[in-house]
Amino acid sequence: MNKAKQLFAGLILLALGLGTAHADYTLNLMKGVTKVSNDIYDLHMLILWICVFIGIGVFGAMFYSIYHHRKSKGYVAAQFHENTTVEIIWTIIPTLILIGMAIPATKTMLELNDVEKSDMTIQVTGRQWYWDYKYLDNDIHFESHLDEASEKVHRTVGADPRSVPHYLLNVDKPLVIPVKKKVRFVLTSMDVIHSWWVPDFGWKKDANPGFINEASTYVEKPGTYRGQCTELCGRDHGFMPIVVIAMEQPDYDAWVKRTLELQKQKPDLSDQSTQQLMAHGESVYLKNCVGCHQIGGAGVPGLIPALTGSAIVTGKWESLDGFLRAGTSKMPKFDKLSGKEFAELMTYVRNNLGNKVGDELQPKQTALPDDDE
Amino acid sequence: MSAVVDEHDHHADDHHDHGPAKGLLRWITTTNHKDIGTLYLLFALAMFFVGGAMAMVIRAELFEPGLQFVDPAFFNSMTTMHALVMVFGAVMPAFVGLANWQIPLMIGAADMALPRMNNMSFWMLVAGVLLLASTLFMEGGAPNGGWTLYPPLVLQPITVGKALPFAIFSVHLLGISSIMGAINIIATIFNMRAPSMKLMDMPLFVWTWLITAFLLIAVMPVFAGAVTMLLTDKFFHTSFFNAAGGGDPVLYEHIFWFFGHPEVYIMILPTFGVASTIIPVFARKPLFGYASMVWATGSIAFLSFIVWAHHMFTVGLPLAGELYFMYATMIIAVPTGVKVFNWTATMWKGAMTFETPMLFSIAFVVLFTMGGFTGLMMSIAPSDFQYHDTYFIVAHFHYTLVPASVFILMAAGYFWLPKWTGHMYNEKIGQLHFWISVVSVNVLFFPQHFLGLAGMPRRIPDYAVQFADWNMISSVGGFIFGVSQLLFLYIVIDTIRGGTGEKVSDEVWEDAAKHSLEWTLPSPLPYHTWTTPPTVVPTEHVLDSH
Repeated sequence: MNKAKQLFAGLILLALGLGTAHADYTLNLMKGVTKVSNDIYDLHMLILWICVFIGIGVFGAMFYSIYHHRKSKGYVAAQFHENTTVEIIWTIIPTLILIGMAIPATKTMLELNDVEKSDMTIQVTGRQWYWDYKYLDNDIHFESHLDEASEKVHRTVGADPRSVPHYLLNVDKPLVIPVKKKVRFVLTSMDVIHSWWVPDFGWKKDANPGFINEASTYVEKPGTYRGQCTELCGRDHGFMPIVVIAMEQPDYDAWVKRTLELQKQKPDLSDQSTQQLMAHGESVYLKNCVGCHQIGGAGVPGLIPALTGSAIVTGKWESLDGFLRAGTSKMPKFDKLSGKEFAELMTYVRNNLGNKVGDELQPKQTALPDDDE
Repeated sequence: MSAVVDEHDHHADDHHDHGPAKGLLRWITTTNHKDIGTLYLLFALAMFFVGGAMAMVIRAELFEPGLQFVDPAFFNSMTTMHALVMVFGAVMPAFVGLANWQIPLMIGAADMALPRMNNMSFWMLVAGVLLLASTLFMEGGAPNGGWTLYPPLVLQPITVGKALPFAIFSVHLLGISSIMGAINIIATIFNMRAPSMKLMDMPLFVWTWLITAFLLIAVMPVFAGAVTMLLTDKFFHTSFFNAAGGGDPVLYEHIFWFFGHPEVYIMILPTFGVASTIIPVFARKPLFGYASMVWATGSIAFLSFIVWAHHMFTVGLPLAGELYFMYATMIIAVPTGVKVFNWTATMWKGAMTFETPMLFSIAFVVLFTMGGFTGLMMSIAPSDFQYHDTYFIVAHFHYTLVPASVFILMAAGYFWLPKWTGHMYNEKIGQLHFWISVVSVNVLFFPQHFLGLAGMPRRIPDYAVQFADWNMISSVGGFIFGVSQLLFLYIVIDTIRGGTGEKVSDEVWEDAAKHSLEWTLPSPLPYHTWTTPPTVVPTEHVLDSH
């Protein structure tokens, strides 16, 4: 069936002369890689076929009538109306069909709702506009942002999205889970409502600020699974994808070990060249600032102040540093950045985005004693 | 002209001038149901083009992946304003306009029960929509948190600039306007019917509007309450929806959808009424099941109050809630099915002709049913964990709004304009308008099913490249559909100015007078009608026992 549909769609596209046809588009729901996503797929197909069947019946009768019972053919209208038997039949039969649908739907709903007896738990926190993952069993904690390549292209008029692999569906640090383990997710948000969706897992769940939702998955086969935020969460709602890599247990264990080691390393506070500072600064900017202040630092008139020519940005670096660490009622505080990142970011914003302060800050200058922790 | 009307006209001429006031002031101060109906309909048509232009911006940005024309925040403003303008500025006012014209004519009443309030509710609508539109020019732009106005997003200073209080006050004005309109309709139907017309003699359009009016009175205050809580959360430090102060953002979703679900039926029930009026005329057959249509409408209205959380399957409802809202939602398929079967049975063995109003009505039955099918699919809670907030739902609700509500509004225009103006519209251009519309609307919305199932979320200004082809096709359909609606504008203006020049008969359509009272009046309709109520009402649509 899928093949036939793809062929049909391909023919339409061909007929319309679209040379762009990308091979990996789909017309139907994907089966996914978990039992529940497969059950949802089956449920989806069942209801779809019932609808197609009913549609053929009803529209068939209607079009038969439209073809045959027309005045231009000299057909004389019958004047019948009201027939209790017929009306009872067309009330009872749909009711029975609905009961037939409700049974498998209820079973799948129970399955979807089951978060008991999980092997591990990951806390997912929605932020404007990235995901924050915390492994509650082993203290791994990191942020997952849209990758830099997509970030640059989607902010530039006329840039070619086809030049970026997995455009808008790629992140800098994917979530990693083991296969054949029941992974429980607890979802919340730090700002507005987000929704965490990986189609291959079969569900999405809202991340509500101040509340915790639960969901779980059990992935059968290793692979990379991509998804997106599905609750409007502001201007960059379309730019906070999800990437989950499912690994065999030994690979996963190795990843955990490596990640924990990296996490424990003290940040490198050695001096950097101007080019290094600017390049690293751009990365920090693209991850943390660009969503609001925009790629050229122009901000958004009426909503978000420009960084270009800003007195705070181009003033004394110590006060800029304090400002970034403290935040304001409109801007979140960025004390999560390391001393090294502060140096890179400040050097970048003071000497790019139309600003030319001409200074250069080194990690040692900006690092506070507790930044290392 | 019927004897009844003649006799009365003569009597009334002795006392006062029957014609409308002259000049612009006529339209500002009018209390005549026909004038106010015209104002509503023209305003709605204008807003249909304004909301449509916003949709064109959306489809232009989505024509290709990547950033082309608009900033993401402006894109979000467009989706938000497109929805608000289409719902509150176009579809709802258009049906109020039809109600103003048709309900008094169909029930044999001289005018609406509360004519001055009628004038006030129209001008309050204009004020509300203008206030909403003014936010487009404010610092920080129009609201861009979606038409659902979910907190905390809509309360964020970096998301919605100065526009929020204006949008909220606009919602208050629109709500008051709708409630006054609803009260007027209920008062008219209950108090002004021709004495011989029992409730179960009323045309279905009147029935569906009566039920819709009750829905409006029930839910508009709920919406007003929800947005007022947003206002106090934002400016007076309350915490209804702020978890840090003990509130709950999901509470807003519950309140909003308690309004929002009946709201979508406010836009579809009068649609059912018009379809049930037009199809029998062109099938030359009585409506198959009048009583069951009335009961089905009532059931749908009742069910609309107890299914709201099916918009929220993924917010984290308890299992019992998921199951209850799934079952309750599935039940709606039964009365809706009864309606579709009824329209089909009405066509069955009729002697059909296919003038433009009938074409639009048939397209409505078919395409609304498709929207119904996807609705049924989404009522299945576990499946909705995949469909929710994707283009699948965008396709679904546009099928139930555009080729359903909007097509039926077009059908109503073609159906009643000749009666109102006394001029026949150009059938050839009408049919051309229909065929372009019905093809392009499917090119526009059908591919969105594929996009949603393939995983494209809604409300995004840019997308992964595997969604590119269907988005491009959808946009092409959108542009053709948008431009082709100018044909309708042309036809409306042309018909008002004389149309084909053919003088229409009082019935306009063959044997229409068997179905409803307005066709027994002269064409064009005099400024005042039914100053004496009719003594006999058509019984074509009524139970045999009557």
